[in-house]
Amino acid sequence: MTSDLWILHISIMVMLIIVAIMILRVRRLMAAIFLFGIFSLLMAMIYLLLAAPDVAMTEAAVGAGVSTVFLLAALSGLKRFEVSHHRHVIEHMVVAGAFFAAMIYAFTDLPVPGSVDNPANQNVSAYYLQHTQSEIGTPNVVTAVLASYRGYDTLGELFVIFTAATGVAAISRRGKKDA
Amino acid sequence: MPDLSILRVATKILMPFLFLFGFYVLFGGESSPGGGFQAGVVFAAAIILHRLVFGSGGRINILDSPKLLLLAAAGVAVYLGVGIAGMSGGNFLNYSVLHETPQNGQAIAIMLVESGVAITVAAAMIGIFLHLAEKGK
Repeated sequence: MTSDLWILHISIMVMLIIVAIMILRVRRLMAAIFLFGIFSLLMAMIYLLLAAPDVAMTEAAVGAGVSTVFLLAALSGLKRFEVSHHRHVIEHMVVAGAFFAAMIYAFTDLPVPGSVDNPANQNVSAYYLQHTQSEIGTPNVVTAVLASYRGYDTLGELFVIFTAATGVAAISRRGKKDA
Repeated sequence: MPDLSILRVATKILMPFLFLFGFYVLFGGESSPGGGFQAGVVFAAAIILHRLVFGSGGRINILDSPKLLLLAAAGVAVYLGVGIAGMSGGNFLNYSVLHETPQNGQAIAIMLVESGVAITVAAAMIGIFLHLAEKGK
């Protein structure tokens, strides 16, 4: 990576690995919940370094904000606030290590991020970038793609969120009826 | 029982700014990063903050479960309404036919669509949190 901020990239990635290991090793669930919030915040910084501010804003709001509050609210309904350590650690580490090695091997074949002749920047992406100003007129290409060019997919996402709300309401109503 | 006076005063002062920031993210999504999903989460965070600090006796208690489901459905209905309104001149979700110039049609439709997304996301987040908060009691 030839960017000037490669030290920032490396240090945030090292912090991500440390936080992930801490989430697995810590015993108190409340500490694990806060570590999840820290993980989401570090991921939001990574997205910002990869020049994706919309995704970074969503990740910071949902992951480091609302999701932490949800987990804490769910924790307040539990009876046990600590977990014991796992068994079969060696088998799990072997499987995870094999998966990690496969991912590293696949990573060497990825194109350079942001390069002009990436496969992802040809065809449809090039059309969106060239025609957003003339066809849609909004400066933000991400919003133009999300809301206009791919509006049908955003409608599907909205259906998914609405289904989640309906599911939670159904569970909540059943709990009240039994009580 | 901890004393929550500072939190309550600070929350009362913060709430209008949180809503203003939510609207800023929503309507600024056309020219700067933002949009419907982020704005919905910011609105939900404001309401959740009020619920955390004031408990279930606060005055935003009118948002109970049936009304929240109605709000979520209203957001989806706005999106579908914009799509069906596009069918008057073209296909479903065709925004260009909503106004004389295609670009104005796109701008109107994108604003309505993002508002619908924000309403549904906010209602869903608040509903999930209220369910989790009730369960803990």
